[in-house]
Amino acid sequence: MSKATDLMAWIDERIPLTNTWDKHVGKYYAPKNFNFWYYFGSLALLVLVLQIVTGIFLTMNYKADGELAFKSVEYIMRDVNWGWLIRYMHSTGASMFFVVVYLHMMRGIMYGSYKKPRELLWIFGMLIYLVLMAEAFMGYLLPWGQMSFWGAQVIISLFGAIPWVGDAITLWLRGDYVVADATLNRFFALHVIAMPLILIGLVFVHIVALHEVGSNNPDGVDIKKKKGADGIPLDGIPFHPYYSVKDLVGVVVFLIIFFAIVFFAPEMGGYFLEHANYIPADPLKTPEHIAPVWYFTPFYAILRAMPDKLLGVMAMFAAIAVLFFLPWLDRNPVRSIRYRSLAYKVILIAFVVAFIVLGYFGMQPVTPAGTWISRICSLIYFGFFVALWFISKNEKTKPVPERVTY
Amino acid sequence: MATDNVAPDEGNNPGGVDKKRRRLLTQGVGVVGAAGAAAMVIPFISSMSPSARAKAAGAPVEVDISKLEPGQRVIVEWRGKPVWVLKRTPALLEGLKAVEGNLRDIESDDSDQPEYAKNDYRSIKPEILVMVGICTHLGCSPSYRPEVAPVDLGDDWQGGFFCPCHGSRFDISGRVYKGVPAPTNLEVPPHQYMAGDTRILIGVDGGRA
Repeated sequence: MSKATDLMAWIDERIPLTNTWDKHVGKYYAPKNFNFWYYFGSLALLVLVLQIVTGIFLTMNYKADGELAFKSVEYIMRDVNWGWLIRYMHSTGASMFFVVVYLHMMRGIMYGSYKKPRELLWIFGMLIYLVLMAEAFMGYLLPWGQMSFWGAQVIISLFGAIPWVGDAITLWLRGDYVVADATLNRFFALHVIAMPLILIGLVFVHIVALHEVGSNNPDGVDIKKKKGADGIPLDGIPFHPYYSVKDLVGVVVFLIIFFAIVFFAPEMGGYFLEHANYIPADPLKTPEHIAPVWYFTPFYAILRAMPDKLLGVMAMFAAIAVLFFLPWLDRNPVRSIRYRSLAYKVILIAFVVAFIVLGYFGMQPVTPAGTWISRICSLIYFGFFVALWFISKNEKTKPVPERVTY
Repeated sequence: MATDNVAPDEGNNPGGVDKKRRRLLTQGVGVVGAAGAAAMVIPFISSMSPSARAKAAGAPVEVDISKLEPGQRVIVEWRGKPVWVLKRTPALLEGLKAVEGNLRDIESDDSDQPEYAKNDYRSIKPEILVMVGICTHLGCSPSYRPEVAPVDLGDDWQGGFFCPCHGSRFDISGRVYKGVPAPTNLEVPPHQYMAGDTRILIGVDGGRA
């Protein structure tokens, strides 16, 4: 035996290293018909790592203090060696995180990856999305610009709509009578310690759940049903080297786009970093037009579409909560969109269009026409789940093949 | 005591164990431990509430109104919030009657204001408005729009406040319109005139609530 195998044997007697590698990488058999949509899971993991690394280096120069925060961000941008690069990577990373996560969720919906036995996998994913939104929201307060301040003021005030205890909750969340230094400090603590810890824990169980039930695929076929004499799924290929190499191609393309943004359009015309955030927070003056960053705007549009405070807040939270129930709202056992009915395809397209239109109007100033379009799109958004419940009951589907196609 | 003598050959399942007693002790320790852990949550939760320093920072603010022009508004900071002091023109005050049909809480029954400001003007003196400039919807600061019938606010507009965040509208007394997300009228803070009537003290009213 060589020295290397000796060493591996020595380690394996003490921790299950080879075992773990085989279970999750070397002998994890994934369906061989993965397509473009299957890049975004590994890309989300890549962005998570980028955010953690850039975040650590930002905290070395950032000051979580109402008097110093805005200046310390400008200090990072102007005086810290490569500070602009680290900060723009972090701010671009936040938006790109949502780009890949939204595409990843779209993949899951299209190919029915939330259906039995992947319900918990879906729910862990939804929890990741929820924590990611909290993480992004708290991070956006830290530069302590006008949009940071008033965005936090609005979102914290949402909890004030809760009957009876609302005001006490907002006071407790802020730690002061208005958004103030105390709020900034606690958001910093949550943004750099609490939320990332929860996020990493959830990503871990998300992957454990995935590797327990196995990956779905664009055909929605269960590859474990057809196994060869060696007990390996006939349509399965080991993750490494096949998908590790495939994902590497995705990583290269993604990083080209990512750094093109970082170098040439880090503000993305005000969509990634809003213009009003280059003005220090002023508690006496709300900017003429305030809107959240693009990834929150669909839900923000739903909030604004309601003419009543409590109803608006409830609708906004319901829009996210309803996604958790997708595995049970869709009663059709056929997973992939490829074998589902025209009616399903129509409502899914309507849902996606409504989501994008809501996202657009969530960024615009309030106009009567925009409000009405948002109301219609909110109805379509929720209507999708109602229609899905009825359509999926007795849906006329195409025959699902025995083996994957490609 | 049944548990004192355990025969070595009985291994992990000694026959003489009083299982009832063991379960009671385990549950007892569990309950006491859980109560202790729950009690430990209180200081952590409480530490996030406003500190003694934050509570103490609510001193009253004095505003000189002698140089205020008709139609002019000044903004002062009181408890970290914007407070508007506005000298309304007679034309603006006349507009109050015209918009009454559009309002949700005309008499300010469901809104926050001291008793002496619970009138159509929502102020002590009709022309001087003192108001917390925080929208009752989600806490933005509405903009002051004194002009009549501007293009973006429509022909019915008689001057008032418009919240840019979610489109809530208020008349020039801070009374909320119907069909907008804000639930109640803007808040009037406790305030009083000082000797000579040229200065206002915001934050105290000598108990005249």
